[in-house]
Amino acid sequence: MRASVIVFPGSNCDRDIAVALTAALDQKPAMVWHGDTSVPPSDLIVLPGGFSFGDYLRSGAMAAQSPIMKDVVAKAKAGVPVLGICNGFQVLTEAGLLPGALMRNRDIKFLCKDVLLKVERNDSIYTSQYKAGEVIRVPIAHHDGNYFADDETIKSLEDEGLVAFRYVDETGAASAAANPNGSVNNIAGIYSADMKVLGLMPHPERLISPALGGSDGAPMFKSLTEALS
Amino acid sequence: MNELTHGASLDGGEHPEPVDVTDELIAEHGLSADEYKHLLEIIGRTPSATELGIFSVMWSEHCSYKSSRYHLKKLPVEGPQVIQGPGENAGVVDLGDGQAAIFKMESHNHPSFIEPFQGAATGVGGIMRDVFTMGARPIANLNALRFGAPENAKTRHLVNGVVAGIAGYGNCMGVPTVGGETNFDKRYNQNILVNAMCIGLADTDKIFYSAAKGVGLPVVYVGSKTGRDGIHGATMASAEFDDQSDEKRPTVQVGDPFTEKLLLEACLELMSSDAIIAIQDMGAAGLTSSSVEMADKGGVGFDMNLDLVPQRETGMTAYEMMLSESQERMLMVLKPGSEPAAKKIFDKWDLDFAVIGETTDTGRLVVRQNGIVEANLPVATLADSAPEYQRPFEKTAAQPVVAAEDLPDVEDLFSALNSLMGGAHLCSRRWIWEQYDHMVMGDTVGRPGGDAAVVRVHGTKKGLAAATDVTPRYCYSDPYEGGKQAVVETWRNITAVGATPLAITNCLNFGNPTRPDIMGQFVGCLEGMGDACRALDYPIVSGNVSLYNETNGIGIPPTPAIGGIGLIDDHDKLTSVALTDEGLALILVGETKGHVGQSLFQELLTGDFNGAPPPVDLALERRTGDAVRELILSGKLSAVHDVSDGGLLVAIAEMCLAGDVGVILEPYQGQIKREAYWFGEDQARYLLAVPAGEATGIIAELSKLGLETSQIGLSSGKEITIKGGGSIALQTLRTAHEGYLPNLLA
Repeated sequence: MRASVIVFPGSNCDRDIAVALTAALDQKPAMVWHGDTSVPPSDLIVLPGGFSFGDYLRSGAMAAQSPIMKDVVAKAKAGVPVLGICNGFQVLTEAGLLPGALMRNRDIKFLCKDVLLKVERNDSIYTSQYKAGEVIRVPIAHHDGNYFADDETIKSLEDEGLVAFRYVDETGAASAAANPNGSVNNIAGIYSADMKVLGLMPHPERLISPALGGSDGAPMFKSLTEALS
Repeated sequence: MNELTHGASLDGGEHPEPVDVTDELIAEHGLSADEYKHLLEIIGRTPSATELGIFSVMWSEHCSYKSSRYHLKKLPVEGPQVIQGPGENAGVVDLGDGQAAIFKMESHNHPSFIEPFQGAATGVGGIMRDVFTMGARPIANLNALRFGAPENAKTRHLVNGVVAGIAGYGNCMGVPTVGGETNFDKRYNQNILVNAMCIGLADTDKIFYSAAKGVGLPVVYVGSKTGRDGIHGATMASAEFDDQSDEKRPTVQVGDPFTEKLLLEACLELMSSDAIIAIQDMGAAGLTSSSVEMADKGGVGFDMNLDLVPQRETGMTAYEMMLSESQERMLMVLKPGSEPAAKKIFDKWDLDFAVIGETTDTGRLVVRQNGIVEANLPVATLADSAPEYQRPFEKTAAQPVVAAEDLPDVEDLFSALNSLMGGAHLCSRRWIWEQYDHMVMGDTVGRPGGDAAVVRVHGTKKGLAAATDVTPRYCYSDPYEGGKQAVVETWRNITAVGATPLAITNCLNFGNPTRPDIMGQFVGCLEGMGDACRALDYPIVSGNVSLYNETNGIGIPPTPAIGGIGLIDDHDKLTSVALTDEGLALILVGETKGHVGQSLFQELLTGDFNGAPPPVDLALERRTGDAVRELILSGKLSAVHDVSDGGLLVAIAEMCLAGDVGVILEPYQGQIKREAYWFGEDQARYLLAVPAGEATGIIAELSKLGLETSQIGLSSGKEITIKGGGSIALQTLRTAHEGYLPNLLA
């Protein structure tokens, strides 16, 4: 499987995702500069976390205008899987590859902590190594993770099963107390209609070994390796 | 500020036009009459406005260490592990395998009080620049924060602003903020302390220094453009506050972490070539101190044309440009011919790159603007002639040891425990550290909340442990013992995770040094620190002094914050404070004498801290810590915690809460007062959790080394119980412990 990681000037989880991908694929991803105009042939494109352009404007808004994004959008539309984590999710919404927006956290503070997520379905290329409905522990680290979309969009995401991950408690219930940032319906991540594009605020690449405090993120990269190799 | 006349060209362009010097002008520049006289002797003529400004910042307390230097020289700064001690941008310590840790701690106290978000943010930005200017990628940030009383009207605003500022900068940079400490005390009401520490990782053969050796080399400015912000920041940080301190807001700099991230990546990219001869960040006193230090260390002169400096405002005078503290800027001296390749890197990262001058053999700092010489000063004299004062000092009077019997009796130990754990001193700091990205870079193997934070040395099994500590109330009561304790506390915290302490940095925060009692605190603390460092082979490799933390004549308690680092070869051998299993024996190592003076328990009962602090036996500390570390590395221990603030029962509670497992404790039946046993703050103590079957062997092993050791309990259930002495549910404790800060601040 050939993976490409897009590097914006203020990306700061590009190395972390490269480490996670290398561990799962046994092959280093290509690191692609945002100023380039084409992504090399890839089975997976990743938009990493960070502060792409400082995020002084809306998070991800400027990154969505980077030269490379034209090709990312084109390749996504041609069916190449695109994974956006944290700032990458914000870029995906700004680029129109996923609906909705990520607003400032409900408590207006940056929040870095482990949260519990429910894996809504395990028939995607990202989640085959999880059980459907499984509750996993993955960290978040964001200031703008409060997912919002209009009622109609939310309804269609829910109806079509495009919610990928939800913030839940230990029992798997999407309670208000389990929602760290105020996201509508506790949404932590969503798929595109063809299930090839995934955007999520939590960082699966940060918990891939017991030394880091857990490995619930690792199955996502195993799933991708299985599906795309 | 008076109207400052511009220098005009003189015959031969040698000397700038003198400024009309009045007593007020001298005072406004923070110079004493004697210092100005000294200045005149050095340059042999009346200075220009720009020159007066340059002297003012170079001789400020902040840049010259004029009150502290004499005493700092007495600190131990050497050891086989030390590659670079104090005097460079940061200290460098060998980690083996061709790698080094580069680290330093620095204060941003004055600006953070005036504008907490930007003050704290630029403090973090500044310390990271100090580290990456030496060729290291920052891998961990820590901090040491002191705020006023929780009930003080301004505290909430300041804590929110400082924490958000630290978070805003560090998170955007993508450097994890993994540890720190926070205290609340009314004596910081008007002078908060914001000390930021950064640790970077570099290859030992790729460390960059600031000595600009060589003549005719290009002097290059990179990074953000220069504006009028932060002018006289260093002078502000060298004076006391009064009621008009808010008016100093224009001296606070504004941070741009995104630009710093670009600067970091661009600098590291350029550093992978051999283009750089010398590099120095523009921190306090900006272009002035960076150019003077680089030229002085290289034994050369600098000839700079300010017209070439990237500027974000028009009409700036030479005076303003030389004194600006605009952030995210670096000064470099490059190999001739390497400019085009270097510029290409900075272009890629959208940063300014400008050759603004060259090194000369004149030994003079020549500053030109619009074809006019605005300053022409001898570099070596400017750098080395700063006054050095041996200020008079008064030794702090010894305080009596408080007898435990003099404290009121406490019926319910657990009610006292709950008050302590749910109070300002000991409550959970989670509300703070959850705002910091402490996991970015994917190497955080010891998260905040433990004794020391630990990050992996990327791609290896090695772990770098770090902790910041000082107990200001101990230092106030007995500067010498407090100074020792501050060093020892970091050493103990690093030891408690299993790492071997390597070296420290420090941030010496004190009041007005012209007062003999304050100077006495300073001298006492330094003597204590020095003795502790020598006893533990734990040298000081970098640091910073912040004096004049004083408002309307009332100073802060002496606060020599220590930042220690240590190394563990295999991070899988790390231990944590968390008691995660039932059936573990809890073993107390170290002697409990029941010292209650200056303890949190004393304050809980009497409303104040009194008497002598607990004494520190350095030899015993070392023996005890070395033995505990050896046990950790042998894999025999399930959890370890050092016993410090709040005493034994607090330490036990912290272990239980961290692992969500309770403990059944043996009742105390010894000679000292029961309360003093459970809450005294005797030093050199650790709690170990081991499988019950191994307890006897471990106790025998430690006892053989002459260490007082005994089993005091067994982990079990979800309560802390003293047999025959009551209990408390962990859930009750947790609610109090976790609830305090959110309730205070949210």
